[in-house]
Amino acid sequence: MAWQFNSSRPIYQQIVDEIELRILNSTYEMGMRLPSVRDLAVLAAVNPNTMQRALAELEEMGLVTTQRNTGRTVTTDETAVSRARDSKANLLAETFLMQMKALGISRQEVISRLAKGEDKEGEHAVNS
Amino acid sequence: MQSILEARALSKRYGSTLALNNVDLTLPKGKIIGLLGPNGSGKTTLLKIVAGLLTPTNGIVLVDNQPVGEGTKALISYLPERTYLPDWMTVEDCLEYFTDFYADFDMARAREMLSRLNVPANKRMKQLSKGTREKMQLVLVMSRRAKLYLLDEPIGGVDPATRDYILDTIIGNYDNEATILISTHLIADVEKVLDEFLFLKEGVITMHDTTDNVRETQGKSVDELFREVFRC
Repeated sequence: MAWQFNSSRPIYQQIVDEIELRILNSTYEMGMRLPSVRDLAVLAAVNPNTMQRALAELEEMGLVTTQRNTGRTVTTDETAVSRARDSKANLLAETFLMQMKALGISRQEVISRLAKGEDKEGEHAVNS
Repeated sequence: MQSILEARALSKRYGSTLALNNVDLTLPKGKIIGLLGPNGSGKTTLLKIVAGLLTPTNGIVLVDNQPVGEGTKALISYLPERTYLPDWMTVEDCLEYFTDFYADFDMARAREMLSRLNVPANKRMKQLSKGTREKMQLVLVMSRRAKLYLLDEPIGGVDPATRDYILDTIIGNYDNEATILISTHLIADVEKVLDEFLFLKEGVITMHDTTDNVRETQGKSVDELFREVFRC
């Protein structure tokens, strides 16, 4: 199944996000060897140059490393992964808070709603 | 950057119709480029001139720094709008035909791709469906180790699954030294495989940019941009 992309951002950035997510949730485990650029390009149904650009960006972020003999692997550096997770989480939280503010909801109410949401999640877990 | 294709002041006139109007164009090596425009905008005319099948009324075209001619035909692999494989030929005949004609034809690669299509080697062209014949033609064209591939509407008139097979074949066989120029008006399907695109409108190139740049600067896809530019 080809990956889905939206039309407002460059595709290589969306690939970076997708692969980053797969690394953060361990779909791509630490130290795992990644498929070749061509195979990844076919999987995602994108241009190989675009995939190359995304992988170069992931290397720069320290999430992917290139070894001479084994090709590209997911990093084994835990601090790089937790740093990426941290910045992703910060970004999500900031976006969320901004949207809540735009809705006119106070910080206090946001916190109580989040707590309620957590309770609900717990209930669902019990019921299911 | 080195260019694979250069056109200067290129025009083509059919009687009173100006199909190409003073086109200047430089295409780099190693890119997949979309030639995008509505029906009748001059896409096929441009491809045929580059392939050496039509003579321009004015202007020059250089492929890998050589004027279009016998020498450049060896560098170009061209997929015409309609397949030209004769009805009586078998799949095997077609493979041999391409081997005879083109020194850069990679038989192993062609067989590998055909095996995925499940086409028996002894089938004749007239026994194949239209879609399968088109896929067969594309496999032959993409099995050459050319420097420039010209694909005229490779995904027009086929079902979505076939479209995926065709795009897979193009991506999977692409080597990063070669340039692929794909003409189409089905932009949404092709956009994610393109590095660059050209808009061709009434014989004039109105835009030449990278797909990333359009998204970065305008926050929209090439498909959306096309609908705005070519709104009827």
